[in-house]
Amino acid sequence: MTLQKPPLYSAHRAADADFTDFGGWEMPVTFDSIRTEHSAVRETAGRFDVSHMGEVVVRGPDATELMDRLTTNAVGELEPGDAQYSCILDENGILLDDTVVYRRPERDGYLFVPNAGHDEQMTNRWRRFAAETDFDVAVENVTDETGMIAIQGPEAVDAVSSVASDSVSDLDRFCARRIGIAGADCLVARTGYTGEDGVEIVFSATDAESVWDAFDGIQRCGLGARDTLRLEAGLLLSGQDFDPDDEPRTPLEAGLEFVVDFSTPFVGADALRELEAAGVDERLVGLRVDERAIARAGYSIVADGAEIGAVTSGTMSPTLGVPVALGYVDAAYADEGTEIGIEVRDSVADATIVDQRFLAAQEGDT
Amino acid sequence: MTFEIPAQRRYAESHEWILRRDDVVRVGITDFAQDELGDIVFVELPAAGETLEEGTEFGVVESIKAISDVYAPVSGPIAAVNEAILDRPELVNEDPYGEGWMIELETDDSLDHLLDPDQYEEQIQ
Repeated sequence: MTLQKPPLYSAHRAADADFTDFGGWEMPVTFDSIRTEHSAVRETAGRFDVSHMGEVVVRGPDATELMDRLTTNAVGELEPGDAQYSCILDENGILLDDTVVYRRPERDGYLFVPNAGHDEQMTNRWRRFAAETDFDVAVENVTDETGMIAIQGPEAVDAVSSVASDSVSDLDRFCARRIGIAGADCLVARTGYTGEDGVEIVFSATDAESVWDAFDGIQRCGLGARDTLRLEAGLLLSGQDFDPDDEPRTPLEAGLEFVVDFSTPFVGADALRELEAAGVDERLVGLRVDERAIARAGYSIVADGAEIGAVTSGTMSPTLGVPVALGYVDAAYADEGTEIGIEVRDSVADATIVDQRFLAAQEGDT
Repeated sequence: MTFEIPAQRRYAESHEWILRRDDVVRVGITDFAQDELGDIVFVELPAAGETLEEGTEFGVVESIKAISDVYAPVSGPIAAVNEAILDRPELVNEDPYGEGWMIELETDDSLDHLLDPDQYEEQIQ
């Protein structure tokens, strides 16, 4: 398979980035070092190319109804310019992907952002469901002709306001508006995947270099820092912390009930209701390793002489200076403060179940 | 990207450097190796006094993104261990040929079977 290249590929080459294959895309993994990039986002600001994320536009008289069927959150509540985090489930309630749904400002219909490599599958799913239900909609996969960057960190909003045609400081969390940046018409949303304030910016791929260059002077960040930042914030990664083939999980197990609205008629609702009534056997938890070892994806979690779960994501938290991880454990062991072990190579490292919002919990912001 | 490969040392294919200092050799990992690993967060080293066999793993270097074993390029008893890098593993990133050294082995063995700087440079091309 040929890897897709983001529209900023040559700019990243020129900046001497290291690259990695992620979801079928050849993306920058580091520009300087994970630590440098990570702390820039926590302390000032960083910029990320996230053009590997999918972009799918859904329009037409039945667009709201279709979105409400295929995502778990209440799409009908969105006003133009509102965004919401949501899940995409199969009929059994298993997570296929997570996404952000935007009701487009100054345009009709919706934009939703599936994860890297999922755009074609989701576009087909939307079209197939529309055909089966006879919904009058147009579903367009615009991933290839769209660029997306994220500016994240405590100084991100000011940085964007200073180069944009209009301030974004009055933009609420999970709200979006159309703004000009470097002559390009952009959708700017106060969203992100780092646990910091910031925005994500969507534009035509042909404008990618001018929009990216408008933030010259802000630390370039790769997927390596994106991963450590999202993990410290306790945010899940589709394809890793849940995956329909390798890690089939429901939103109930994954702790994503907060974006499941049972008053809407979404696919998977019946199965989820039954599972909710029966109670879940395993839950996603935050893990803090209390020894000098990183708990990496796939490592077994043990307690009372038995395997009680496995790690799905883990790293050294650059901000907290301790190894942190996410994983699923037997619900009987899921309470915060429970001491468990993680099999790290030849030995078992002591670890503790903690609030998965590692950074916020540390700062007392709970 | 170019990597530092000091002239007066020998190199192993597994990316360790070896520097003779009288009757001991000092061992660490190369500039190329530390760059490949990225931000190093833990280093595990054996205790002084243990005897190592050439080609066996003696330590572990763990970075945010990867974990890697470190191998003994020659045989001999461990004369010294750089304990500074246990508390400050970032020294291996910052100064792999200096403050980031790992162990010293007592040996009179020849280092001729190891790569010279030109051969090592060729290997990492």
